[in-house]
Amino acid sequence: MSGNSFDMDLEDIAWCPGCGNFAILQALKQALADAGLAPREVVLVSGIGQAAKLPHYLAANFFNGLHGRALPVATAIRAVHPGLTVIAESGDGDMYGEGGNHFLHAVRRNPNITNIVHNNMVYGLTKGQASPTSGRGFETPVQVHGVVNNPLNPLTLALALNASFVARAFAGDIPETAAIIRKAIQHKGYALVDIFQPCVTFNRVNTFRWFKEKTYYLDDGHDVKNRDLALRRAAEEDRLPLGVFYAAESRSAFAESTGVFEGDAPPLFRRPFDVARLQALIESYRGKPFADP
Amino acid sequence: MIDSPHGKGKGLALVLAGEAGQGVQVVEALLSEAFRGLGYYVFSGQEFMSRIRGGSNSTLIRVSPRPVRAWSDRTDLCILFDNKAITRLQQRLQPETFVLGDNLQAPEGSRFIDIPLAEMAQEAGGSLYVNTIAAGVLWGIYNGREETLADVIRRFFSGKKPATIDGNLAAAGIGLKLGRKLSHSGKVSLALPPPGDNRGNLHLNGTEAVSLGAIAGGCNFVSAYPMSPSTGVLTFLARHGRDFGIIVEQAEDEISAANMVLGAWYGGARGMTTTSGGGFDLMTEAVSLSGMTETPMVVHLAQRPGPATGLPTRTEQGDFNLALYGGHGEYPRVLLAPGNLEQAYALTAESFRLADAFQVPVILLTDQYLLDSHYDVVDLPLPRAIPPLAVVETSRQYARYALNESGISPRGVPGWGEGLVGADSDEHDAKGHITEDLDLRVRMVDKRLRKLVLLAEKAFSAEWIGPEQASNVLVCWGSTLEIAREAVAGLAREDVAVLHFRQVFPLPEGARERLQKAECRILLEGNATGQFGAFLGQRWGIDWHHRLLKYNGLMFSVEEVRAGLDKALPERVRK
Repeated sequence: MSGNSFDMDLEDIAWCPGCGNFAILQALKQALADAGLAPREVVLVSGIGQAAKLPHYLAANFFNGLHGRALPVATAIRAVHPGLTVIAESGDGDMYGEGGNHFLHAVRRNPNITNIVHNNMVYGLTKGQASPTSGRGFETPVQVHGVVNNPLNPLTLALALNASFVARAFAGDIPETAAIIRKAIQHKGYALVDIFQPCVTFNRVNTFRWFKEKTYYLDDGHDVKNRDLALRRAAEEDRLPLGVFYAAESRSAFAESTGVFEGDAPPLFRRPFDVARLQALIESYRGKPFADP
Repeated sequence: MIDSPHGKGKGLALVLAGEAGQGVQVVEALLSEAFRGLGYYVFSGQEFMSRIRGGSNSTLIRVSPRPVRAWSDRTDLCILFDNKAITRLQQRLQPETFVLGDNLQAPEGSRFIDIPLAEMAQEAGGSLYVNTIAAGVLWGIYNGREETLADVIRRFFSGKKPATIDGNLAAAGIGLKLGRKLSHSGKVSLALPPPGDNRGNLHLNGTEAVSLGAIAGGCNFVSAYPMSPSTGVLTFLARHGRDFGIIVEQAEDEISAANMVLGAWYGGARGMTTTSGGGFDLMTEAVSLSGMTETPMVVHLAQRPGPATGLPTRTEQGDFNLALYGGHGEYPRVLLAPGNLEQAYALTAESFRLADAFQVPVILLTDQYLLDSHYDVVDLPLPRAIPPLAVVETSRQYARYALNESGISPRGVPGWGEGLVGADSDEHDAKGHITEDLDLRVRMVDKRLRKLVLLAEKAFSAEWIGPEQASNVLVCWGSTLEIAREAVAGLAREDVAVLHFRQVFPLPEGARERLQKAECRILLEGNATGQFGAFLGQRWGIDWHHRLLKYNGLMFSVEEVRAGLDKALPERVRK
């Protein structure tokens, strides 16, 4: 592996040997470098869980916040500081479970951020309970007779909400995963990259081999502008397609719709304050005495 | 001097009562403007039900030649837009109160006077005009000049269709005629001394004062979820957001709102959220995150009665403990509680400065009473400029949580400078990376808590109002200030003072000795358990000789406080 400006000197990594997170970390660093970005321009925002520790293993700015709450933080950072590349990343439990409501509304809001979800279909750090994407029948210490809830399909959900970019990758293929992440970063607007990843400790069903056999790439001719087609392909269950399902034409992202960034767009902390305007507003509350009471 | 509500001729108290959707606010606005235009001071406040139409709401308007800024139970004249309202107003009607309404069927010669509101509205062109007619009736009873009211109507409806303006002018004229007739016949009289010197003062409410304060504090990011009584601040800043470069977003829930505010500060903005108790409950994890990541945060917590949904449109001071203790773990915070509109403006602005300088959550405690009350204010001082954000241009070696003596590590903004800015919810090392070094953990906790020492030194002092040597003290915090002030002023005693806290945490130590020395300490709080009083007792080792507590959803009136003091003071001190 060649040197990358996002590499860090690390003594200890909290992931299990063989964890898919290592591959995602490597793919992300590759994608950031390929996108021509410098660490100081990048902010990683994560929640809590094993996936959410990724920002500690990559040289960039980071905000490792609360479980499930990466998207609101990431949305705001990008909104107040348009020069930054903001990536919200966490696991499936964090983004689709605890943070499910934020996921729905981040898609609607369309901030110009990339949302990477490590999807291993299980809770790792809390030791093996079902996640929103666990398959039916999956047995865990809590779902002792097997999962009965239907699994959440993040791709069809995002597409139903008219997400502007929807993709799926597999951590077993680092070069392709890096390429998909790079496209997501370069896309203007909200971009979801759901990444299949084996959990070597707690998921004995959805293993590396399972993903390898179950997945295949959308062919080169797949029309990424066709949302109906994307929805159909994303709903497939027998075999699971990988790649960019949908990439909408450029549409106005959240920060632009605030009306605060017309013309050139200095970040908010670089802006002068208009005292005269405040004075005029305060003065508008002053009484107007009558000429002849 | 503050006007006394007792004694004839010092001022006027009008009550307008009706259903939601009947336009009582129009009458309030027109009369406030008309009396103020003549030089009178005006206070107005509201109590209302949680519904869009119907129910029974009322608005109090106090008019006085001298400054007036507190809730009162006195009613000189009450006008009913809906006769059902009378049952809810019983306690606020005195034997000498005139009550005007449509078809009251009261005996001739009583103080209940029928006015044909519906009939006059038909004459004016429809029931929509009933509020302007009522304004006309009241103005006519006062014997105000027709042209004064017409001017106010033209201003109020400016921008509307000419037919609307003409219709309202005609409606006011119809009401005015009746009002004059009532006055001339001697059925109703309203004594009001000559106008005062209220010339060119500001007239606004608490919502506007908080919102203007946010702008003056440099706020440029607001995210909130609508919840009474906090929503007005969101609405105000949304209306003016583009003019002032403020990003305003209605979040999907309070959790998102609070986390967005943290993201905004991290990215170099000055963010605020506005909510009430139930919303703050959802935000407490983010408040804790603010404490851990040392990311500044401003929360406007507009109190209403709880628990749970409680009385959504009413007032209480029940969330002191929530604001003080909400959020897990130990970390510094600041609780401010403005007592009047000037303080609401100034302390909201200060919230942004404190949050920035100390990298802590600042919680601003207001309530429905303060937010919905209008009165006259001489000025809201402008900041000369907003000081630049307290952030540094980072170097390559930058460490966000560098340990130092003050506990305040220089804060960087991502993308400014060569360094990287890390923020971590886990216990962390100087660069913000996760650590399980337990010695470092202790150093980091101590570092964060050191900021509390500095914050206590800078606490806003408690205000002593009254004779220096007064041995009896009425202690209050937040929105009860002006009520306490008027109540105590009316006693005309040299041995009673008010001690008001506008900062309730950390406590301003300057007040401790005075409070300990007082012979009689009386607590005034709008809640059932005396939360702040208990906290003062625990911290300063004092006890309370009397507690005046109210938690029925309405604010204290001046008269109630005075009656409470009358009971509390005599045996002990009056000799």
